[in-house]
Amino acid sequence: MAKATHSLTRSFAAHAILAAYTVIALFPVVVIIINSFKSRKAIFRSPLSLPDRDSFSLIGYETVLAQGDFFLYFQNSLIVTVVSLFFVLLFGAMAAFALSEYRFRGNTLMGLYLALGIMIPIRLGTVAILKLMVASGLVNTLTALILVYTAQGLPLAIFILSEFMRQLSADLKDAGRIDGLSEYRIFLRLVLPLVRPAMATVAVFTMIPIWNDLWFPLILAPAEETKTITLGAQVFIGQFVTNWNAVLSALSLAILPVLVLYVIFSRQLIRGITAGAVK
Amino acid sequence: MSASEEKKRPVRWHIAVFLAPAVLVYTAIMILPLFGTLQLSLFREVEQQQVFVGFDNFRILFGDPRWSESFWNALFNNTWFFIIHMLVQNPLGVLFAALLSSPKLRFSVFYRTAIFVPTILSFVIVGFVWKLILSPLWGITPDMLDAIGLKSLFAPWLGKPEYALTTLSLISVWQFIGIPMMLIYAALLSIPDEVLEAAECDGVTGMSQFWKIKLPLVLPSIGIISILTFVGNFNAFDLIYTAQGALAGPNYATDILGTFLYRTFFGFQLQIGDPNMGSTIASVMFLIILAGVSLYLFGIQTRLRRYQF
Repeated sequence: MAKATHSLTRSFAAHAILAAYTVIALFPVVVIIINSFKSRKAIFRSPLSLPDRDSFSLIGYETVLAQGDFFLYFQNSLIVTVVSLFFVLLFGAMAAFALSEYRFRGNTLMGLYLALGIMIPIRLGTVAILKLMVASGLVNTLTALILVYTAQGLPLAIFILSEFMRQLSADLKDAGRIDGLSEYRIFLRLVLPLVRPAMATVAVFTMIPIWNDLWFPLILAPAEETKTITLGAQVFIGQFVTNWNAVLSALSLAILPVLVLYVIFSRQLIRGITAGAVK
Repeated sequence: MSASEEKKRPVRWHIAVFLAPAVLVYTAIMILPLFGTLQLSLFREVEQQQVFVGFDNFRILFGDPRWSESFWNALFNNTWFFIIHMLVQNPLGVLFAALLSSPKLRFSVFYRTAIFVPTILSFVIVGFVWKLILSPLWGITPDMLDAIGLKSLFAPWLGKPEYALTTLSLISVWQFIGIPMMLIYAALLSIPDEVLEAAECDGVTGMSQFWKIKLPLVLPSIGIISILTFVGNFNAFDLIYTAQGALAGPNYATDILGTFLYRTFFGFQLQIGDPNMGSTIASVMFLIILAGVSLYLFGIQTRLRRYQF
């Protein structure tokens, strides 16, 4: 009996701690979103109340949509993220296949070389990357961003995918070889479909930093027509800093797509991080 | 397959084809620029010519009063930024993971998902959201402190040089706590039930079970988290830039190596950008990160005992 009460107190304490921190984690986001739907007066008078009939206002969203070219920014971010992701997954899977499938001289060394980038951030090479992009005329193009993000995403992708590919059965591939499939077909037809779960994990890990990055858009592609949504929101908020309605609405518009994606992919993401732990 | 068999084989071109795209992009965009930056740090522009000056740029950065004050300030701030992460983020992450991993806990999926939300938000959002919430103009924070009778504690934390850096570090902790939580959670789940059952048979339960059995078993994961935090912190830039601007105000109180690099490389206000000094700072950051990673790989990781189940 005493033990039961003891564990009840403990589970109560666990819930109290976790619930309290959940409030801290979500509170700022919630405050921003509810206030983005209120009139300027209500934002200041009662920041914590939900918008009601008196205080409801979409004036902030109207300003944002009229002033900023958010549709273009969104499109740029989408292009950069999707194309970089495609190349990271394709090139990463190809290299991982070569490293995990074949024994050749320098295999381990090549693996180590490609893994270097997991620990050393690409940002440190920025000065020379900018020089390179200026020399090749790629400044202020989405191509520059795509190249950088592809290089940035490859090391981790190769590492995770080759770990995963080592676990695939050799029999299946040998059966394919006996049936006369070329190495390329074995990769495309047999291996790629089998590593799809790992590809999804890599995709989520690669996508978030690319979508959220501010450094490279700021340095390599700050022009109006190549701004990503992250940089666009930063510049817009900087200009409208005294217009609270506009700032709150811009922030909400920036939060919502990520939040929706997260709710859809959170299982995948969390399964990816906790991979190996699921027995 | 034996070595002689391997010799007889024709060149296996497909291996090269599989490796080529990744190796080319990675080498051209990442490795070569990294070395290019290290090389640029040894040169200086004199009358529009790059002149080799050896380690003179480093001497200027460490010793010349025009540069060294900003540099040591940024390095000191960066170290404090890292210390706060190690003291707050990682212990809290372990705590939450330990609570979440207890098998009978209800709503654990909800807690886990919610605590991870800030991690997926961009720095722009995080920086501005907290700037608004802590703003004395809006008054959300003073009002809330008032409600629990602590209004006297309120100060415009982001605007005061003595609090701004700590406040920003805590905001960064708020954003990234999901990562240590998840990694430790995964490590805790992978402890086999037999080990825990054996501990229970020996009467080791509850808190002592956590300290004596679980924590030693997840030490390798804590090591990985520490090095990830180290690399991330000494490479940070975005949060400071969005919350305080490139000048890392008030009065450079929140300047870290990333913002210092940005200002030096690009220039700000009246100072024009200096790619060579920028490269020098990037090289110092590279050496710091390299030192940290090597220390981890050769000093710590090899000593941590890994248990194979």
